[in-house]
Parts: sequence; C-alpha cells; structure tokens
Amino acid sequence: MSDRLYTKDHEWVEVDGDIATIGISEHAQEQLGDVVFVELPEVGRSVAQNEDAAVIESVKAASEVYAPLTGEIVEVNEMLAEDPAQVNADPYGVGWFMRIRIDEPSELDELMDEEAYKDFLADLE
Amino acid sequence: MSDDTALKHTPLDALHRELGARMVPFAGYAMPVQYPSGILAEHQHTRSAAGLFDVSHMGQVRLTARGGKPRQEAARALERLVPAALEDLAPGRMRYTQFTNDAGGILDDLMVTAMGDHLGLIVNAGCKDADLAHLRAHLGEVCEIEYMESRALLALQGPQAVAVFSRHVPEVAQLAFMQAATWTFEGERLQISRSGYTGEDGLEISVPGHAAEALARRLLAEPEVMAIGLGARDSLRLEAGLCLYGHDIDTTTTPVEAGLTWSIQKARRSGGDYPGAEVIASQIAAGVSRKRVGIRPQGRAPVREGATVSLPGGSAIGAVTSGGFGATAGGPVAMGYVAAEHATIGQALELDLRGRAVAAEIVALPFVPQRYHRN
Repeated sequence: MSDRLYTKDHEWVEVDGDIATIGISEHAQEQLGDVVFVELPEVGRSVAQNEDAAVIESVKAASEVYAPLTGEIVEVNEMLAEDPAQVNADPYGVGWFMRIRIDEPSELDELMDEEAYKDFLADLE
Repeated sequence: MSDDTALKHTPLDALHRELGARMVPFAGYAMPVQYPSGILAEHQHTRSAAGLFDVSHMGQVRLTARGGKPRQEAARALERLVPAALEDLAPGRMRYTQFTNDAGGILDDLMVTAMGDHLGLIVNAGCKDADLAHLRAHLGEVCEIEYMESRALLALQGPQAVAVFSRHVPEVAQLAFMQAATWTFEGERLQISRSGYTGEDGLEISVPGHAAEALARRLLAEPEVMAIGLGARDSLRLEAGLCLYGHDIDTTTTPVEAGLTWSIQKARRSGGDYPGAEVIASQIAAGVSRKRVGIRPQGRAPVREGATVSLPGGSAIGAVTSGGFGATAGGPVAMGYVAAEHATIGQALELDLRGRAVAAEIVALPFVPQRYHRN
C-alpha cells in the first residue's frame, strides 16, 4: 500500500516535506487511452486547488489536469514533451506531471488515500 | 460508465465485449471505440497488416426500379438526388456521391454500387433515417427502397487485407478499387467491394447479420488481422484526407467547397436535375469563397475541430473541422475550411489552441499516400 493520495478527478499526489509530486492515476490513463501530448504549466506559476494546471491530449480528446493543491509549480516533467506515452506506460513513476510547493497543507485532508480511492473507483463501475 | 440500454447493438456486439472493447454510444449504437491494444497500435496495425472494423451501424439500402424496370431506371431516379452520374455506372462498379439540398449543401455522403437489377447504397449511421425518408419522399413512386437492416457490414483494411480474405474467397483478388461482386461463402451471400475508409487497400463485406460473428472470428483468427475500433477508424480516415460527415461536410458545405468535385462526373458539372445543381454548377464555373484544406500544425499538440484558423498574427480565415494525432504521419494533422484566396499549399497559418497560437501550414491531402489497388 503506497502513501499516494488521490482526487476525484483521478490525479495522484505524493508528498515529500512541503513538495507534492502530481500525476494521473492508472485508471485515468486507461480511460484516456494513448497519450500523444502533454501541456505542462510554467515553473514558477502559482495555482489554486482545482485550477487547470495541465492538459493531456489523448488520441481521442483533450482533458484537463487540475491542481490537487494550492501552491507554486516548482518543477515539471520535461521528458513528457518528448515521450508522452510514459503517462500510459508508467503513470505512477516516470509519467509524473509536476511538483508543487504546498501552500495549504490542510488541503491534503480532502484527498483520498489508496483504500478510499479504490472504493471510489468501485462506485464508478 | 454510460447506460447503453437504449442503444442499438450490431451483430458483433458480444464479440466486441469478449475482445475487451471499450464500447461507446455512436449514432445510436453501442460501438467499440478501441480494444485493449489501443488506438495508436490499431492504427499502425491497419497500415502495416490488416484491421477488421465493424461498420454494421452504417445503413445498407437497396434501390430497385418498380415495375420490373432495369437498374438504369433506379440510377436515373437517384441522379435526381445526387450530383454523380449513375446511369452509366457499369455492373459491379461503385461511385462516391452526396445527397444535396437546394443550396447545394450536403445532407449525407454515400457509396452507390451497381448490382444486377438494383443499386446498393451505403449511407452514414447518423443520417440513415433521414436518408430513407428522403429517398422514399422523392423516389418512392418509381423505386422500391429497402433498408437491409438485417445485414452486417465488416471492413477488412490494410496492405494484407486482400491476401487474407483470398484464403476464403480467392476471387476477391480480382476486384479493383471501387469494384464489387457477390460470392457465396459457407452458404451465405456476401457482397464484397474493394473499398474502404482508411486510405489503404481493403474490402468491405456485407454479410447477413446471423453469419457476421462467424465470419469475423474466421478473419480474426488469421495472424495478420487485428480488431480495430472507431478511434483508429477516425485517425486513419483523417490521415487519408477523407471527409467525416457532420464534421468536414454538412448541410452548410457544398461538394465544391469540400474539394469533392472529382466525385461529380463531367456531364453533371454544368448542371442537372438534383437539388442545388445551379449552385454547384456556378461554384464549379466561378469558384468558391472557401475551400477544405489539409493543415499540419507544428509541434506535437493535436489541434481539434472548432479551432480558429488565422493568418500569422492576423485575422481569422477559417476553422478546423477535423483534427487529431496522425500516428503514421508522426504528428498532429487536421483539415478545415479557409478563405479560398489563402487556400494554397504552403500557406502559413496560426491555429488557436486554448488561447495560444500554434503555427501551422496548409499541406496537400492526403497526409499519407493512399494505397488503393487500381487496375
């Protein structure tokens, strides 16, 4: 069982100190299908919780990725520009999207843990 | 998950689910958008080997002249609704054409095949009810109009498609592009044409619905064949520069604006008795104010339907009508309409992508060479 937290929009968050690494879940990549392009935010940009932060283009459609937490974008996964298929291949690893310096740690309480996310997915079926 | 209880199902529905397809609602049917291998792999497999598509949602219509009159009578009647010349269409030959309205706009696009005593029509799923009503209203007195609802339609597309199918019906190898014939296979009448919607060589096979699954399983058992969903069907046809009804063509676009004048035989270009004939003839003679073009966006981001097309740093000159990722082209590809004075190969453009300008260029269609088998 990992310490990953999840949003209802299928982003995941891993917290290390005041830095949160963010990506999309296995379920999300499966639903999207082949990812062909990822538009990432600029480093240094401040985002509010639930604000549009990135865009994923699958073969079928464009989808928004929302910032799960309020904070400043401190790093983005530049590799996705060259190899967006990593989002499908390894969504919890090399397919990560961005890192945010957390401004409002209390927002973490609103996210689901792995168990809760699994239940959430089961309810979607 | 969407509730699909109200949707219609093709005869291959159970097979799609068994293969792990993701089913989506499309034109009132539950259809496979992709299988577990994914749209990119399906796309590339079709270009390199053979892909099997279920297109049973499309409308198969048989048009027969009443009173035992010959097929040419039905062809003459249908010429009152479409710009193509059909009376001279030889048996076993197909033509692509459009149902037009009084303004020359396109009500639907269709394939017409001359078969013995009748014409076979294949129309779009989303338009078939309206097409049938249109046919009955205008041709009902002179033609019998049968909706062949119990038949399924499979498409086997790709460079290996004909070789694969020849193992079952060797004679199909004799067909040239846009030719059709009927064969009996395992007791069932199959109407097979060398045609398709991918830009590749391939076949479209009309089969009685009750025999469709067995045929599909036979084909999928061939090592070259993979099941392909609607997602790859769309990216394949876009790369091939083929129009999708409701997107690249509709009631507001004419065949001339859409670059489909090739589908109007010469004798019909100066006029005819079909709806909108004067508009279309005058557009052919005097030109159009906008044209459908191929658009290649720079970079990797797909630019989708609806995006505004502008001159670099300048004013809007049109809009994207189809856009996506071309797996074979190796990047984003699009089609759209632009003002005719700018519709030249190499014209630099800007596309609006979520408020950001993406540089693009008008390019020749198709994006990948068509590989039809012409004799």
